[in-house]
Amino acid sequence: MFDVLVIGGGHAGAEAATAAARRGARVALISFREEDVGQMSCNPSIGGVGKGHLVRELDVFDGLMARAADRSAIHRRLLNRSKGSAVQGPRMQADRALYRQAVSKAVKAAGVTKIIGEATRLLTKSGVVTGVQLANGELIASRTVVIATGTFLDAQLFCGMERLAGGRRNEQAAVPLATQLRELGVAQGRLKTGTPPRLDGRTIDWSRLSPQPSDRDDWSMSALPPTLRPPELACAIARTNGATHAIIGANLDSSPLFAGAIEGRGPRYCPSIEDKIKRFGERDGHQIFLEPEGLATEVVYPNGISTSLPADVQQQFVNSIEGLERCRIVRPGYAVEYEYADARKLRSTLEHLSLSGLFLAGQINGTTGYEEAAAQGLVAGLNAAAVALGAAPVLFDRRSSYIGVMVDDLTLQGVNEPYRMMTARAEHRLFLRADNATTRLGEAAIEGDALSTQRRNLIHAHFEARNGADFSDSEEGRADALYAPYIARQDREWGAVQRDSRVLIPGHLDFRSVAGLSNEAVERLELARPETIDQASRIPGITPAALAALHVAASRRAA
Amino acid sequence: MMQQRGDDTIAALSSGQPPAAVAVIRTSGPAAFAAAQALAGTLPPSRQATLREVRDPATGSLLDRVLLLRFDGPASATGEDVVEYQCHGGRAVVRSILNALLAQPGVRAAEPGEFTRRAFYNDRIDLTEAEGLADLLEAETERQRRAALMLADGGLRRLVEGWREQIVLLSARAEAAIDHVDDEEETGTDVTALGIEASALASELAEWLARPRTEPLKDGIRVVAAGPPNAGKSSLINALSQSDRAIVTDVAGTTRDVIEVPLAIGGIPFVLVDTAGLRDGRDVVERIGIERAESEVRRADILLWLGEPKDAPAHPQLMLLHPRADLPGRGHVPVGSIAVSVATRQGLDELTDDLVQRAVTILPGEDQLSLNNRQAVEIAHAYDALLNTDGDLVIIADALRRAREAMDRITSRAGIDDMLDALFGRFCLGK
Repeated sequence: MFDVLVIGGGHAGAEAATAAARRGARVALISFREEDVGQMSCNPSIGGVGKGHLVRELDVFDGLMARAADRSAIHRRLLNRSKGSAVQGPRMQADRALYRQAVSKAVKAAGVTKIIGEATRLLTKSGVVTGVQLANGELIASRTVVIATGTFLDAQLFCGMERLAGGRRNEQAAVPLATQLRELGVAQGRLKTGTPPRLDGRTIDWSRLSPQPSDRDDWSMSALPPTLRPPELACAIARTNGATHAIIGANLDSSPLFAGAIEGRGPRYCPSIEDKIKRFGERDGHQIFLEPEGLATEVVYPNGISTSLPADVQQQFVNSIEGLERCRIVRPGYAVEYEYADARKLRSTLEHLSLSGLFLAGQINGTTGYEEAAAQGLVAGLNAAAVALGAAPVLFDRRSSYIGVMVDDLTLQGVNEPYRMMTARAEHRLFLRADNATTRLGEAAIEGDALSTQRRNLIHAHFEARNGADFSDSEEGRADALYAPYIARQDREWGAVQRDSRVLIPGHLDFRSVAGLSNEAVERLELARPETIDQASRIPGITPAALAALHVAASRRAA
Repeated sequence: MMQQRGDDTIAALSSGQPPAAVAVIRTSGPAAFAAAQALAGTLPPSRQATLREVRDPATGSLLDRVLLLRFDGPASATGEDVVEYQCHGGRAVVRSILNALLAQPGVRAAEPGEFTRRAFYNDRIDLTEAEGLADLLEAETERQRRAALMLADGGLRRLVEGWREQIVLLSARAEAAIDHVDDEEETGTDVTALGIEASALASELAEWLARPRTEPLKDGIRVVAAGPPNAGKSSLINALSQSDRAIVTDVAGTTRDVIEVPLAIGGIPFVLVDTAGLRDGRDVVERIGIERAESEVRRADILLWLGEPKDAPAHPQLMLLHPRADLPGRGHVPVGSIAVSVATRQGLDELTDDLVQRAVTILPGEDQLSLNNRQAVEIAHAYDALLNTDGDLVIIADALRRAREAMDRITSRAGIDDMLDALFGRFCLGK
């Protein structure tokens, strides 16, 4: 009998399993193949604006991502350097192999039992999860289950008109589990994502491209001092041109995106190149960052040309780009369409509302990106352990973390296109900075009781340093001073939110009995089941008038 | 706090108190149609006025022949199913039809403002429109009616939506520059240009803030008569309210030792206010009265000073009067004062002309949209935020967010419960 059983070893699964183990739970992790744990399916980079903030927050809870990124970083860039410290986003490119090794080692070190196989069925008994059945018939009992299957749920790959089952190239898809989740009403629809072709770096004419060096100044993702650091490489910037656009434009009808083969919606903020041409065709060129995938490989990741066009068209348009005339594609790009779940049916611990003990984390909840997945893995892992061990839940709020913003967005609003973390989503953005994650979350992390001694000491030391004389000269101290008046005002606004948070909506409240709620509002409220007036205020389609009616009903019933 | 009940149907007399030629009874809610069928048989098509016999379902006796109108929700005034009965306006007729309706299952008497409140809950109107509707129902003069109609018609809503959209566009530019940096080149944005456009919008808001407010038009221009005891304040106010130019619109009432007489002169609403004489009060009661008088002076839109010119309090709309001009020894009129006499009616026409002229500058222009104090407070918030656009891009984006939130509060949100109760409490029964 395990306490926590995690399905999937990607960014969400690895964080969930290790976080639960750090809380003292007996944890097992099921994945298709041994080498899947810690894989980067798409771009070999970690962080960015908003995403980098998530990684720093994860790090305060001893999450794996920041340290694995430091351990494998071959290029570092602090984005938005010129735009104010609140929105500066640390971003690293990782050596794929080193990154996977680092994560895999950490999972092993955490004492997580690895199970190789396919989880085909969730075992439940009167609305409570009891374990998982594997494809070979084996039954694994567990108090809680975290599903972190990413894009693998009934996944279909598209490359031109070619269509394959699988969540990544040459890999399986989780079909029986998807069928069951659909029957249970957990899955809700399909989303789409994509990846660019990989290039052979030896066939790129680097001399004709503008180099993009790594940052000179020394910073790292994790607050813990870096151990070994790999050497750093330069990236380069290439650019599409009129000829590229003409080739893509002439072949749009062979893209499964436009030929109607793909029904799922793709990420608006990370569009495929054919999307960009179709929507912004008048632009004279789109930038491509050529990012080496590692020290020991010649494979280069061209960031910016994700595509599902047929392989020969991909080769053709790549060769139309200056510096890539003789470039060879190692693996063509493709699109993935997958089943995702309705996150509005989850609590803020990511536990399912109607199936106790079932947690969902990562891309299955409709998010895109490693960082978003990993952060949800942390939340699900800490809280699955809490349920199994009878410990207190670890909750995140919008005031103190991007993790809180994301969980709140997902569980209240749900998604209808892949959700990506952006700083614009955080109303307390001036306070939620990448430089003050320890200050914001240190106390909560210590209370969560899933930390190494080294981390605990570091957090205590940080709080001491904040009171020291030199603090005002630190990066965090300067930013604190810059934003102080604005943060003071936001604190007052937060006070109002907390007053609304204290107006609890009774769990058994029948929204249909509340006068003044439209049918649409009733449906949305029933789906999201907000716990407070403040949460209800963020559900889309809940008008101020509906909110007022709800407020009256909730306070009357409470009295 | 106003009652909120289940999905019930409300009924009330929506026209003025009977007797009258015609009375309108309105029902709204899920049982409105069923009740109408019970009373009047099959219903006519939606929005088609049809003559029907209304009978008491309990006894079968004929109550009246009415013009019956049916409106299908959500395309109705309240957003619910609505039935209107235009019946004869006798007290007994109205009472018998209402009683028959209230005896139907799920039908109860409406509370004041409940029809409008339902319209608001069902998103048929927004807050500014509800405010306009409340003003419209209370309007007593032609100017008030026109101003309220503009508000109820969504004039301010459209204006605020326009501002909001401009702010959202500015926000979008700031946010794009902040968040879209990963795949494409960092979206450069001209922070200076953003600041300039924000201040341009701020100056437009400033123009609106400088305009006359709605309150003087709605509540009447407060004309406060002040001066030493026995200066003739009360008799002046009596004389003004009895002049044939003035129509007293309500019975004079005493509030907190201050007498208010609402009246209209030349279609302009005024409230004449008589204060306790201003002097050094010796006992406590008198002092309280004097404090109130002083506060009335501060609240005054126009101040009539009946004392010595040198003793007049500072006020932007100060009118110096020389009362009792007919009495012996009062022949000398100081420069800048209007000589008035209640006994001879000397100067009273001059005084009312002057009041009307001053009123025009205080009131919102005819057919001009104006802000009430609540709306002006939010516009001022947005104005402050838009001017505060120095600093880094994130600070600018934060200011734009606050400006947008202020705009949102004008059309809805904020202090929700109290505000709604305050608003809907203004409506009378059947509205």
